[in-house]
Amino acid sequence: MRLADSGKTLGKKLSSALGDSLLAAIVAFALFSLVLGLRTVDSATGLTLEPRPALLATVVAIVFVGRLALNLFVWQTDYPLTRPFAKLFTSEPFETRDAVTLALAFVLGALGVAAGFLFTETLYGLIGALVLAFIGIGLLRRATVRTFPNLPYTQVFVAGGILFALFFPIVSYALESTFNLGLPLRYWFDLSILILTYVMLGWGLNIVVGLAGLLDLGYVAFYAVGAYTFALLATHFGLGFWICLPIAGAAAALWGIVLGFPVLRLRGDYLAIVTLAFGEIVRIILLNWTEVTGGPNGIAGIPKPTFFGLPFSPFAEGTTFSGFFGIHYDGLHALIFLYYVILVLALMTNLVTLRLRRLPVGRAWEAMREDEIACRSLGINTTVTKLSAFATGAMFGGLAGCFFATRQGFVSPESFTFIESAIILAIVVLGGMGSQLGVAIAAIVMVGGFEALRHTAGLQAIFGEEFDPALYRMLLFGLAMVAIMIWRPRGIVSSRAPTISLGDASAISGDLVRQGR
Amino acid sequence: MGGANTKSWDRDPILTVEHLSMHFGGITAVDDVSFAVGRKDITALIGPNGAGKTTVFNCITGFYKPTEGMLTLDAKDGPPHFLERLTDYEINADARVARTFQNIRLFPGMTVLENLMVAQHNGLSRASGFSFGAIFGLGRFGLAEKEAIDLARYWLGQVGLLPRADEAAGSLPYGDQRRLEIARAMCTRPRLLCLDEPAAGLNAKESDALNALLQAIRDKEDTAVFLIEHDMSVVMRISDHVIVLDYGKKIADGTPGEVRIDPHVIAAYLGVSDEDGAALEARP
Repeated sequence: MRLADSGKTLGKKLSSALGDSLLAAIVAFALFSLVLGLRTVDSATGLTLEPRPALLATVVAIVFVGRLALNLFVWQTDYPLTRPFAKLFTSEPFETRDAVTLALAFVLGALGVAAGFLFTETLYGLIGALVLAFIGIGLLRRATVRTFPNLPYTQVFVAGGILFALFFPIVSYALESTFNLGLPLRYWFDLSILILTYVMLGWGLNIVVGLAGLLDLGYVAFYAVGAYTFALLATHFGLGFWICLPIAGAAAALWGIVLGFPVLRLRGDYLAIVTLAFGEIVRIILLNWTEVTGGPNGIAGIPKPTFFGLPFSPFAEGTTFSGFFGIHYDGLHALIFLYYVILVLALMTNLVTLRLRRLPVGRAWEAMREDEIACRSLGINTTVTKLSAFATGAMFGGLAGCFFATRQGFVSPESFTFIESAIILAIVVLGGMGSQLGVAIAAIVMVGGFEALRHTAGLQAIFGEEFDPALYRMLLFGLAMVAIMIWRPRGIVSSRAPTISLGDASAISGDLVRQGR
Repeated sequence: MGGANTKSWDRDPILTVEHLSMHFGGITAVDDVSFAVGRKDITALIGPNGAGKTTVFNCITGFYKPTEGMLTLDAKDGPPHFLERLTDYEINADARVARTFQNIRLFPGMTVLENLMVAQHNGLSRASGFSFGAIFGLGRFGLAEKEAIDLARYWLGQVGLLPRADEAAGSLPYGDQRRLEIARAMCTRPRLLCLDEPAAGLNAKESDALNALLQAIRDKEDTAVFLIEHDMSVVMRISDHVIVLDYGKKIADGTPGEVRIDPHVIAAYLGVSDEDGAALEARP
């Protein structure tokens, strides 16, 4: 019936949709014929090939039917079935048919949930619950926006996030110690410390890549410099965390300048390659300079930070944290303290970056990203500007590295491989280059989401006992990246906020903003 | 330099170009060109395509290092600047020569106002303790920023872009972008403003507005204007002094009236028959 009210005749549409789906099925067949259609089996006579025609046929059929459905109901009709769902997240009024579609989807979702409960079909239940949640969130959002149209939603969201980050450990620890709920607090705190470390690294790299537009693939080198600076100073000279923190930051900034000098004239791909090489050089030096860095054995015995001179140790002699405050010793205290240290470091990174953006050097960074030649024609020394971006970004990397060393108590070159640089860069790109909020969200999604895939129990309940999520982590990671780059090619937050305005400042569309080259 | 100092640009030059040559490998783009740019004049550099106008410009503004020649900027209030010895950003920062580009080079993702603030980077940077002081609230950055906004507001008013101050520069129409680029150059408080084809792509009305703007800059500001232009109507109407290049050589230099009737110029622009060409060759 939907097909009838469009311009083209039904037959024409059907034939073009069929052709398109057939093509997709052929492509799927070509792709999957070797990947899924054949399987090598280790048998007595050696490796043999076992054909799996049924599986191949099923996958190709799914592609064909799915493509046909998309063609008929989404791409080639005047009223795509996806429109009411997209409308949920706008303020456009609903038409009758929108409401009908949504109601149908709601009923189907509810049926799925019911099936999940009644027949323990977890997969149906999960899909149903997702559909219901999607519709529910959309309706809630519409209702909120209609009731309070002028609330600064972004600010509310940010304030909520910061408040949550500030109070989450204290509140959860208090709940746990009062009611003995058996919460996995140690795991939660460890994970949130990890996430915050990546938030800080993302914000640090955001200065170099997002603001100054210099593509840096070797950021982990500064992280390593910070970590090893603290590790060496602590083990050789017995210096504590708080003294070493600024030293580690300064050392990393210095190395930022050292890297900056040779790459001053490079842009884009060339810059990326040299910074990549720099990251590898630092790692390989750490690996091979055994006398100083301990080589692959790394450096152990790095001290934990103290609370104004009070260590977190179980020996209650009046000079420890628990002894001084007269509370019962708990290993979680040290962890909560570490959480607040990295939270403060990360928030400091953010505040400094936000402030720098409004100062001449920050504007010069952004101007350099937009057009370096124009910058020079305005009398801006781009050499100094570039070096300051490298040094500032590297400094925050070094501070994060110093924290990493004290948290682990052990550093080795294995922690500073290229994949770390890649993950940090992915966080910046995914978040939307230059956006502080986007980078924070991306870090949570990337690190937290990656971690969520470790929880085999929940996923095995859905996909069966043999399902091992660890095998699919990289696949899902890649799929998520592709999906985000299709729907949000400029990252989660793609607009740029002006740093100064005469009247009311509105965000600038990401399409106008240049990206790192 | 001529004998009787009757021309304004010879009496009080802001920029003196002497024996400027620029070679790219075996190609001579500019060949022994000398001229003066007057302090209170609008000077136009014209010539057919490929005559070497933009090369001269790039030498003056430091984007090329001249093969030979001397470029002296006479700052009234201090020692002269020898532009051939300065790098590109120093030419704006120290000698205070500002330029615009043939293909507009704004910061498209920044607002109009931000573009003008970036132009005042050096002064603001010093006032903010090179930015790192101002993180901790040191320095007199607040005051300096207010002054910078006032200057930006003044130039936005001059080019008629005040209502669009908070829009992204890249979203402005072409003519506005051209005027914004001039305003941005003026925000560096230049002694000499070099404009590379400012009227290119403008319609007649926008072109008239541009003429008025350039005349206002000459009359009200302490800034000399030096421009490359193809559009003869602009050149002849507003210039006080016209220099004509052809094949990298200077072929004429004088007031618009003098240049208009110069047979070399007519030959260069309109072409000549063989016998006229021979006659021209014979002339001194």
